Amino acid sequence: MDLELSPRYIEFRDECRTWLHENRPTEEFSSMDSAAGFEQHRGWERTLFEGSWSVPAWPAAYGGRDCDLIEWLIYEEEYWLSGVPGRVSANGVSLLAPTVFNFGTKAQQDYFLPRMASGEQIWAQGWSEPEAGSDLAGIKTTAVRDGDDYVVNGQKTWCSRGKYADWIFCIVRTDPTAERHAGLSYLLVPADAPGMTRRTIQRLDGESGFAEIFFDDCRVSADHVLGEPGQGWAVAMAAAGSERGLNLRSPGRFMAAAERLRRLAAELGETADGLDARLRDEVVDAWIRAEAYRWQTYFVTAELMAGGDLGSEASLMKVFWSEMDLELHATALRLLGDEAEVPSDWLDGYVFALGGPIYAGTNEIQRNIIAERVLGLPRR
Amino acid sequence: MHFSFTEEHDMFRDTVREVFAGECSAEAIRTSWESDDGRVPGLWATLAEVGVLATMAPTEAGGLGMDEVASVRLLEEAGYAGVPEPLMEHMAVAVPALAVAGASELLDPALSGGSTVTLALASGGPNVVAAASADLVIAEHSESLVAVDAEALTVTPKDSIDQSRRLFEISFDPDAAHPLAGADVALAADRAALGTAAQCVGVARRLLDTTVEYVTERRQFGKPVGTYQAVKHHLANVRLGIEFSAPLVYRAAWSVAHCDDSVLRGRDVSMAKAMASDAVDRACRAALQCHGAIGYTFEYDLQIWLKRGWSLSGAYGDARQHRDRVADALGLLP
Repeated sequence: MDLELSPRYIEFRDECRTWLHENRPTEEFSSMDSAAGFEQHRGWERTLFEGSWSVPAWPAAYGGRDCDLIEWLIYEEEYWLSGVPGRVSANGVSLLAPTVFNFGTKAQQDYFLPRMASGEQIWAQGWSEPEAGSDLAGIKTTAVRDGDDYVVNGQKTWCSRGKYADWIFCIVRTDPTAERHAGLSYLLVPADAPGMTRRTIQRLDGESGFAEIFFDDCRVSADHVLGEPGQGWAVAMAAAGSERGLNLRSPGRFMAAAERLRRLAAELGETADGLDARLRDEVVDAWIRAEAYRWQTYFVTAELMAGGDLGSEASLMKVFWSEMDLELHATALRLLGDEAEVPSDWLDGYVFALGGPIYAGTNEIQRNIIAERVLGLPRR
Repeated sequence: MHFSFTEEHDMFRDTVREVFAGECSAEAIRTSWESDDGRVPGLWATLAEVGVLATMAPTEAGGLGMDEVASVRLLEEAGYAGVPEPLMEHMAVAVPALAVAGASELLDPALSGGSTVTLALASGGPNVVAAASADLVIAEHSESLVAVDAEALTVTPKDSIDQSRRLFEISFDPDAAHPLAGADVALAADRAALGTAAQCVGVARRLLDTTVEYVTERRQFGKPVGTYQAVKHHLANVRLGIEFSAPLVYRAAWSVAHCDDSVLRGRDVSMAKAMASDAVDRACRAALQCHGAIGYTFEYDLQIWLKRGWSLSGAYGDARQHRDRVADALGLLP
C-alpha cells in the first residue's frame, strides 16, 4: 500500500491543473440543454480535444493520452476542482465509448471514436421508453432489416441531450419473436436519419432537460449495429456497468462539491453566530462521504488495475454517489435557509441531484442488484 | 498510489481468521462470559505464537515490524469473530507505546503473551476494559502515558451490556507508575479509535453474513424472507455502509503509519471512525430487524455481535464526536 502520488503522477496532476487554469473559459456558459448552450459546450469539447484533454484515458490514436486509471481519477479531480464547464459529451465518452472499444468493429471505432473525442458528434442515450423504464427488457421499439438498412419504429424517452445530440445510441428489438432480453440489438442512429422527430421535455424546474424521440419508418444503415444483432442486452449491460460506476461519476466531482459546501458553511459560520451544530454535522458528513467515495474508488481501481472486474459492485457506487450528491445539496439549501428557494447554483445542483437516484437505473433496482448479485439473496 | 494490501498482509489475515474460527467460536465466547477472568482459554497464547501480539513492535525489539496497515486487517477479523479479549488495546496501542518508550522489561512479556495490557485513555472514557485480568495498564496521566502494574491499581467493576467487555473504573498512585518517555497520547488515542473502527467494520461484516444466511433459510408465506424487497434493501444498505467505511479505515491506517501531520492524521482517523460507527449501527439495526424475534433472544448468537456493535460504535468516540473532530480540522468549529 502506498497512498502518496509518485513523482510521475504529481507531474501529471500539475500539467493537468496548469492546462485547465490556462484554458478555462472566461465567458458564462448557458445550459447545455439550450440550443446556444449546447454549441457553447461543444466549443469547450473542441478546446479540450485540441489540448488532448477530452478523453485522456483513450489511446493516443483516438485523441487520448493512454492514461491509466489513477491518472484518469487525478484528471477528474482537477477537472472538477478547476470549475470549468460540465461535459456535454458525457453520454458518448462515458457510456458509449467503452462499448465501442469492446464491441465495435475496427471501422466503427475509426469512424466514431475520433469524432466523439473532438465534440464533432455528441451523443444521447436512447434506452428508456414510455413503457420500459427500470424494466428495460420490456422495450418495444422495433428495427426490422430491409436490405442494407434497419427500419425503426417506436419511441424513446428521457433522452438526456436528446434534443440537440448528433447521434443516439439505442436499444431496439430486432427479433420480434424473441422476448425480454433476447432479440435486442444496439443500434447507433444519426439524428438526421429520415423518420426521426424529437421533442423537448421540460424538467420539473421548467428548464429543458431531456427529449423524447419518435421513430416513424426511420431508416438506419445496418452497419450501425454495435456488436452482433441480438446481442443488444449484453452490450447494454456492459454500458450500464460504466454508467453506474467509475465512468459516469468520478469522485472528483463530489470532492469539489463537498469543498464548495465546506466553504459555504465556513462563510455562513463567520457571518452568523456560528453554525448550527446539526447543520455542521451534515456538512462534515457530506465531506466525509466524498472522501469515502474517493478512497473506495481508489481501492476498487487497484483491483481493476490488477485485472479485476467491477461487475455488480458498480451498483454500490451508483447508490452511494447519487444519495451523497442529493444529501450534500439538500444540506446546502438548509444552510441557505430563506434564500434556498431563490435560484442559485446550489438550487440548480439540488434539482439535478434529485434525478440521481432515478436515472442510470433507479436506486431501488440497484439495491435489488446489490442484494441478489453481491450478497447472493434469493430472487424468488 | 497503490491502494491495496500485500500478499503478506493477506496471508497474515488468513492465518488469524483461521485461529479465530478454530479457537474463538460463539460457544467459546459464551464460556468466557461465565468465567472469572472473561478470557478465552488458550487464545492469547496462540495469538502470541502466530505473532499477532507482536505485529506492531519493531523487529529489533522482537516484533514483526509491521504497522497499522497490517493491524487494522487483523482487528477487522477480531471484530468478525467477536473476540472478547483486549486485543486492540494490547496489540495496536500498548505494544507500540511500550516499544517507543524502550520499556523492554514490560514489552517482552507483552509480545510473548506472558502479559496482557489494557488501556486507560481519556478518549476512551472512564471505563477501562479488562482492567482486573490485565497485568498492566497503559494510562493517560498529566498529558502523558504511564504504565501501571496490576498490583498498583484499584479497580471497581461496572457492568456492560456487552458481556465481552469487563469494565472497571480504575485509580492508581501516579508515583507507582512507570513513565513512558516518548509515547505520544494523541497518537495512542488515534490508534485506539482506528483499531476500534476496524473492529466495527468486522462486526458489521459478521452481522451481514449471519443475516444473509438467516433470511435465505427462513421461510414465510411459502418462500425465503430474503426474497422480499424490503428485507433485501435493509441488507443492501448494510453492505453499502461496509463498502464505503472499510476503505476509509485502511486509508486512515496508512495515515497513522506514514503521516507526520497530526491534524491530518487525526482527521483521517475520525473520518474512518465516524463512518465505521455509522456502518455498524446500521448493521445492528438491520440484522435484528431481519432476524425478527429470534434475534432478540439471549439464546441466539446474534446478540454477541449486536452487543459488540453497540459498544464498539461508541468506544473511543462515537460518530458525532468524530465528526466534530473532522469539523475542527476543516475549520468549521468556532
